[in-house]
Amino acid sequence: MKAVTVESLTKRFGDFTAVDNISFEIDEGEIFGLLGPNGAGKSTTISILATMADATSGKALVNGHHIAGDEDGVRKSIGIVFQDQSLDEELTAWENMDFHGRLYRIHGDTRRERTEELLELVGLDDRKDELVKTFSGGMRRRLEIARGLLHRPKVLFLDEPTLGLDPQTRNYLWEYIENLNMEFGISVIITTHYMDEADRLCDRVGIIDKGRIVALDTPENLKKSIGGDLITVKSDDYEGKLADINQPWIESIESYDGFFNIGLSGAEEHLTQIIEALAKTRITISSVSIRKPSLEDVFLYYTGKSIRDAEADSKERMRMMHFARRH
Amino acid sequence: MDVIYTIWLRSIKRYLRSRSRIVGSLGMPLFLLVFLGFGLNSVVVIPNTGEDYVVFLAPGIVSMGVLFTSIFAGLQIIWDRQFGFLKETLVAPVSRTEIMLGQTFGGATTAIFQGTLILILSFLIGLKFPGILGLLIAAGFMILVGIAFTALGISIASRIEDMNGFQLIMSFLIFPIFGLSGAMFPITGLPPAFRSLTMYDPLTYGVEGIRYGLTGSSQIDPLVCLVVLSAFSVAMIMAGAFLFRKTRI
Repeated sequence: MKAVTVESLTKRFGDFTAVDNISFEIDEGEIFGLLGPNGAGKSTTISILATMADATSGKALVNGHHIAGDEDGVRKSIGIVFQDQSLDEELTAWENMDFHGRLYRIHGDTRRERTEELLELVGLDDRKDELVKTFSGGMRRRLEIARGLLHRPKVLFLDEPTLGLDPQTRNYLWEYIENLNMEFGISVIITTHYMDEADRLCDRVGIIDKGRIVALDTPENLKKSIGGDLITVKSDDYEGKLADINQPWIESIESYDGFFNIGLSGAEEHLTQIIEALAKTRITISSVSIRKPSLEDVFLYYTGKSIRDAEADSKERMRMMHFARRH
Repeated sequence: MDVIYTIWLRSIKRYLRSRSRIVGSLGMPLFLLVFLGFGLNSVVVIPNTGEDYVVFLAPGIVSMGVLFTSIFAGLQIIWDRQFGFLKETLVAPVSRTEIMLGQTFGGATTAIFQGTLILILSFLIGLKFPGILGLLIAAGFMILVGIAFTALGISIASRIEDMNGFQLIMSFLIFPIFGLSGAMFPITGLPPAFRSLTMYDPLTYGVEGIRYGLTGSSQIDPLVCLVVLSAFSVAMIMAGAFLFRKTRI
């Protein structure tokens, strides 16, 4: 059985389409990433899968339960860490865990044992009796993850789990999520707009832009799909002469902001040929560099823009969504 | 039952932890009792019973304490929504009705606690001890007022998005409910038009019921009070459960 199956899921707010006919599957024990700029539809997708919002059309199964119809089945199967904090700050770490355990009807001793265990796991056992309002951002996140695991979910949803955390805490959380996945074998869906996060953590990544999944594969395959290497040429070639250097071994050419990314395999061997070809076109070249593509390049390739530009776009989208929701 | 208890427990914990709020919300009732009670004692004569104004006023101020605490306890949902905690409860495999009932009973319990504190202050100021039966009757009415108005608070909180409407609720809902209820004046002496208005105020029946329990006399038959207030409580719980089920994050 698949951990999650999504078929043609669509969510509209008035005229605005937040999630546009997306389909994907997640295997058991897999870490799956939804990568895209803010406002691309990641959180909306998560809300729908977690039964917090209704889909306009399409269907989805979580751990074999229909999201529309068997909501309680879905809710029992999932643990979720929301993008925004959802702790009660006036309660202690222990009480937050206890509240959760009682809501999920975990009985006395089991609840206490697991709470002890999980608080230790996230390194909060020595602060369990302190009020959450005294906790730092990283500690709150860890507590939320521990809480999300208390009822032993089959699928863990992490919506931007490292948003606003410092690099050290992020690293720590990544390790932590990896361990969880290995130890408990739970499937994890993680949404993020950090490329390195998706690359490091995820078995497979779906790139989502404007509500659509534009590419879906393992990070390695995604990077290979645009060529094994990237030669980046900095040039003010506005006439597109660079795009004319047609060689059979060139797999892709993308340009943005005076940079040209040439995707190919075996960049080291072809470098001289490229330099020769560039010299013939007589265009000014400021610099040339060879590197392995990152998911950032993959994103650029599939959406035609860098994630920063996409963020700017999607601010507009979010405004529209807000507007559509209110009217 | 577990779930209702869980949510109830959280309300109680939060209430007991907010010492400054407990003390703070005792200030206003205490001052009203002292200033109005003693200030107007010499000029106000209560018809029929001829009791002191401060004795007449005390049950009204007790109901005020219960009213304010319970509505705010219901409105707590707005804060929970704003601070994200509501998501934690809504995504759990429990029914909305259970959550709503837990919140209602939790709010009602804190409201009764607050009312009891004011009652103790009233005894210190001059209210005579009404006997166990009287206390029980008053407690019963306090419970009903607490439940009804927490549920009302939840209904409102389910419909509004943020605290922007708060002042509006204060000025045009809570204060009129209190002011019209006969907590501060005997309703028998009112002009007919005004009097019929007070009869539409559900709190009137709560005030009269509590007054009957504490002083032994009331201007509305306590049985009528019981029936009207119970019906209102049930209606509010149903409205609250219905609206809360539809609430969105």
